[in-house]
Amino acid sequence: MSILVNRDTRVICQGITGKVGEFHTRGCLDYGTRMVGGVTPGKGGETVAGLPVFNTVAEARDATGANATMIFVPPAFAADAILEAVGAGVELVIAITEGIPVMDMARVLPVVQASQSRLIGPNCPGVITPGECKIGIMPGYIHTPGHVGVMSRSGTLTYEAVWQLTQLGHGQSTCVGLGGDPLVGSSFIDILELFQNDPDTHAILMMGEIGGSAEEEAAAYVKAHVTKPCAAFIAGRTAPPGKRMGHAGAIISGGKGTAEAKLAALADAGIEIAESPADMGSALVRAIKRHS
Amino acid sequence: MGYLPRLGSQFSREAVMKIHEFQAKDLLRTAGVPVLAGRVARTPDEAAAAFTALGTPVCAVKAQIHAGGRGKGKVRGSEQRGVELAKTADDARRIAEGLLAKTLVTIQTGPEGQVVRQVFVESGCAIDRELYCAVLVDRRVGSPVLIASTAGGMDIEEVAAKTPELILSEPFDPDRGLGGWQARLLASKLGLPTASWRHAETFFKKLCAAFVSLDASLLEINPLVLAKDGTLVALDAKMTFDDNALFRHKDLAALRDEAEEEPAEIRAAAAGLSYVKLNGTIGCLVNGAGLAMSTMDLVKHHGGEPANFLDVGGGADVNQVTEAFRIILSDTNVKAILVNIFGGIMRCTTIATALVEASKTVGFTVPLVVRLEGTEVEEGKKILAASGAKIITADGLTDAAKKVVAAAGKPEA
Repeated sequence: MSILVNRDTRVICQGITGKVGEFHTRGCLDYGTRMVGGVTPGKGGETVAGLPVFNTVAEARDATGANATMIFVPPAFAADAILEAVGAGVELVIAITEGIPVMDMARVLPVVQASQSRLIGPNCPGVITPGECKIGIMPGYIHTPGHVGVMSRSGTLTYEAVWQLTQLGHGQSTCVGLGGDPLVGSSFIDILELFQNDPDTHAILMMGEIGGSAEEEAAAYVKAHVTKPCAAFIAGRTAPPGKRMGHAGAIISGGKGTAEAKLAALADAGIEIAESPADMGSALVRAIKRHS
Repeated sequence: MGYLPRLGSQFSREAVMKIHEFQAKDLLRTAGVPVLAGRVARTPDEAAAAFTALGTPVCAVKAQIHAGGRGKGKVRGSEQRGVELAKTADDARRIAEGLLAKTLVTIQTGPEGQVVRQVFVESGCAIDRELYCAVLVDRRVGSPVLIASTAGGMDIEEVAAKTPELILSEPFDPDRGLGGWQARLLASKLGLPTASWRHAETFFKKLCAAFVSLDASLLEINPLVLAKDGTLVALDAKMTFDDNALFRHKDLAALRDEAEEEPAEIRAAAAGLSYVKLNGTIGCLVNGAGLAMSTMDLVKHHGGEPANFLDVGGGADVNQVTEAFRIILSDTNVKAILVNIFGGIMRCTTIATALVEASKTVGFTVPLVVRLEGTEVEEGKKILAASGAKIITADGLTDAAKKVVAAAGKPEA
């Protein structure tokens, strides 16, 4: 068991004929992911990495039975690519692309919410269930199959956490990169719910950052609904207050968003806090010990 | 990946482009949002001429810098405030003299302040009430929102913290825009006289439409004024734009005022790097914003002070990484550099090749500590070992942080 993806997930790559799309399609194939095809408008009929390329997602889905897609389409066209995947009824849409205009995502999210599809990202490393299925750009070798669910807004920080877990002998059930953009398809809470309901996930490690209020909301959710041991790290504790241009971010979050506020909310929910980025794996180990 | 710690203790991770008040007002005027007549002046004489040309009994002379808090801010070494009223052309000249080429310190500039290079001379208006409004994207709602408050002209963060019930919020769909009913609802809650509702509807709807069509990331009107004649006017305007959308707004890119930005940050942006200069001694080169922030946390945890935030991003090539080293080394405070790369989309071989290249072309004058992990790590380590370049390698985060803090020596008090 795991969440979102497993050995049966059938994956296509939108933007497979691009340099980056092809490189990471090969990386996923090497890991053992069931890649079944790719999409690039106008390049249908070609073959990349031994996989058939289709002109549209709908054709690719009909021909391959794909139920997941990873998107490497350039930022100017990526929102359209997400809508195409949702329109074709692909259940899991993972957008890796960095640099999509925020307003494009504001147009995409209501369509995703009204559909049966789940969107992860954009601007994220992807999703991996170790030993079964890797969809995205994360280096495969740092992961080990196991029972810790991992989620984060930051790609490389997730790798760091996973690497620490692996070295401490704690494998992962599934690792989810939520994406660093202001508007993303899935939140900490969405993924917490999946981890809580997954019998194969025994503990949860999350990495947040200063700004916004997603971590505070996640802490409230954990307090109310999560029975599994949890640990968390907040990046940017020492980031200096910079020059101000406007105040609006602070208004929306109503005084939330500082590292102190986030750490207090997490601790109040009984979540073990990692004191430094080198302490993330150990914090999870402490959370498990405390819980047992 | 952008990173700008620019919202006080908050920060905005997305990269944004700032413009001046007078530029924002030009854009608003074009979009049909009511603003007052005004002229930009770069000399005291121009300011006096602007006053005469505007022909109103009173004008405001406003310093144009990329920071707020100007009304309460003062010019360093004098009592000159960033915004003052002029009743004569001579007043306007005198105020402009007090501001131009001087350093204005406000709560948003930090103690170093910002040099004033131009002032905006703007017609006065008979104010009945001061309100607040802003348009921005709300992460939680997942859409743009118009927020408004009766607490105009005040520190809105304080209002939000102490009296959140005074902050009104209306989300809207980017394509449908703000509904007339939403504008009327706000007008009602703000206590505007019904005779002004028609003005409010036009004002709010056009403001929201401008936000969407210009791909703004923040459009803040503080104060928004209810004039004695019952109309609404944007007395101040702050506007920032989503960097990721500038590709479809070539005209907006021309509004960038590089004199307002840190030179090294401009250089970094031109190379596609995210760089923020700080005041410490340890230069940091990291991939990914979250890991870059964490690396700074770690350096501090071990007693060092980061000299910068630098995220080379996911797809950086050898040229970009070499430029990143040049930028870090251009900061004379830097006593040691920490490279922390966890390769995903970024390959360790790319960073290793760039390190070797940079050691030849740039020349490292300070110790370099390198921690590599991730995609193609073994090949990357081989490239470093084979090059014979003077590099201190580290295994893991703690080892890297300890080594770089030791290499930089004790931070200056």
